[in-house]
Amino acid sequence: MIVAEQKPFGQVKEFVEGYRKIMVAGCGACVTVCLVGGEAEVKVLASGLRIAHLQEGKATEVLEACVTRQCEPEFNDPLVERIREEGVEAVISLACGVGVNLLAEALEDVPVFPGVNTTFFGGVKEAGTWLELCAGCGECILHLTGGICPVARCAKSIMNGPCGGTNDGKCELGGETACAWALIIERMSRLGTLGQLETVQPARDWSTGHYGGPRRMTVEAVQAVAKEE
Amino acid sequence: MKSGSNLERVLAAGEFAVTAELGPPMDCNGDVVLEKARLLKSCADAYNITDNQTAVVRMSSIASAVLIMQEGLEPVMQMTCRDRNRIAIQADILGAAALGIRNCLCIAGDHQSFSAAGRLKGHPGAKNVYDVDSIQLVAILKGLRDDGLQQGGDPIECRPPLFVGAAWTPMGDPLEFRPIRLGKKVAAGADFIQTQGVYDIDLFRMQMAKIVKMGLHERTAVLAGIIVPKSGAMLKYMDSSVAGVTVPAALIERMNRAKDEAGDDKTQARINQEEEGVRITVELIEQVREIEGVRGVHLQAIEWEKRVPEIVERAGLLPRPVVSEEAGSS
Repeated sequence: MIVAEQKPFGQVKEFVEGYRKIMVAGCGACVTVCLVGGEAEVKVLASGLRIAHLQEGKATEVLEACVTRQCEPEFNDPLVERIREEGVEAVISLACGVGVNLLAEALEDVPVFPGVNTTFFGGVKEAGTWLELCAGCGECILHLTGGICPVARCAKSIMNGPCGGTNDGKCELGGETACAWALIIERMSRLGTLGQLETVQPARDWSTGHYGGPRRMTVEAVQAVAKEE
Repeated sequence: MKSGSNLERVLAAGEFAVTAELGPPMDCNGDVVLEKARLLKSCADAYNITDNQTAVVRMSSIASAVLIMQEGLEPVMQMTCRDRNRIAIQADILGAAALGIRNCLCIAGDHQSFSAAGRLKGHPGAKNVYDVDSIQLVAILKGLRDDGLQQGGDPIECRPPLFVGAAWTPMGDPLEFRPIRLGKKVAAGADFIQTQGVYDIDLFRMQMAKIVKMGLHERTAVLAGIIVPKSGAMLKYMDSSVAGVTVPAALIERMNRAKDEAGDDKTQARINQEEEGVRITVELIEQVREIEGVRGVHLQAIEWEKRVPEIVERAGLLPRPVVSEEAGSS
């Protein structure tokens, strides 16, 4: 899932300074799961804005909405229609950056502001803690590393680790971060595949990732069906 | 001869090699580099020029290397993977070779967050590169030199004659994988190795025995790293905070005793510890010299270069051998 964290309230409040009719739009997918942008967080942020504006004597109206997934236009369409009908002047999206982009694209003359900082692709480590586990680099090498990703989980994304900085299984950055290569070695030892790590992995082709420019993925079968419809 | 560098010739002649580290300044004062070069002259076979060590911005390793060459010293230019992608790395390597630099040490480089770990502000918000890792960097340099090919596959006419080095953290965690990783560096093409600082001789001997068994000592020249200790506090810090460095308690106690002997006299306490540090360094050199597979030492006297000549002398490693190109290639 995509993990995000809430932007500071003051920053979000400043985004919508001067607008009288504001909508806070949540998303029912990843940001709901990581508790930063779902229905509940929409209510909290909207209430906070109302209280702040009331204290400042500003006459504003803050609307609330939450769609199933802001990353798909078909879920956003009814929301976009409502924003237009009700004359909303500014939108705060609590979805990840994908949602903000798509809403902004659909709302030509209404500003859309981000309410969260999109941080990484991750999973739950323990209640309340998410870890970055994938970098979306476009060419998965997990078959070479025992299912543990050095691109996402090594601070230097090295392919022939571990570097000299690993210390008692922790990354040289310190804190709680595990050394991805220590994990890889431990796991591949258990699997009896440690010998595979003796091969030097050559410089990789990063063009499959963001470095190759913004990416696009197409499934021709779906395109064909969509055309027929 | 792959490069014809002095370091390569000394090693090829079977001499016990000495390299010493020289850290460039945080500004553009070339005189600082020249002054350090004059202090270190004639006490080592080649001198490592660090590349923005601990991610702190310093005079570039290439420029500093050229400066010490003006003083007649041979540089080992360090090159990290942190700050340059493969395009910039290869461009700088070709430029360095054109300027006469013959040794290059390939390292990953400390993460940029280290730049703010001490008293400095550093640049912890910098974007790092790590397009290639240190082992891939070794392979790239070997490819340029031996195959006349850039990493992307384009041929080059004039090949850089480089003696390619890599670092090794023999006592790093996980201990059992470190010899394997050294094997990867050798397979990628590392002609020489400079290790992380060694204080725990027994552990180092154990790791060296493993690589000797693997035959790696015959395919690369291992230079044992020795970080000159200045105080008990420094040894304690390195033991607890520097990855891959373990310091036996006996050494820390020795330093503390030297300090205590000075009583309340702080100046004397500093002098006592420095003297003890030099004694410890000389002993460490003598001890690693006895270990099979160790072909030399790499001395790191961080911002304390002036003590290196005395250390090398007391270790019985002066004068440094003069090996002609013909002798080196024999």
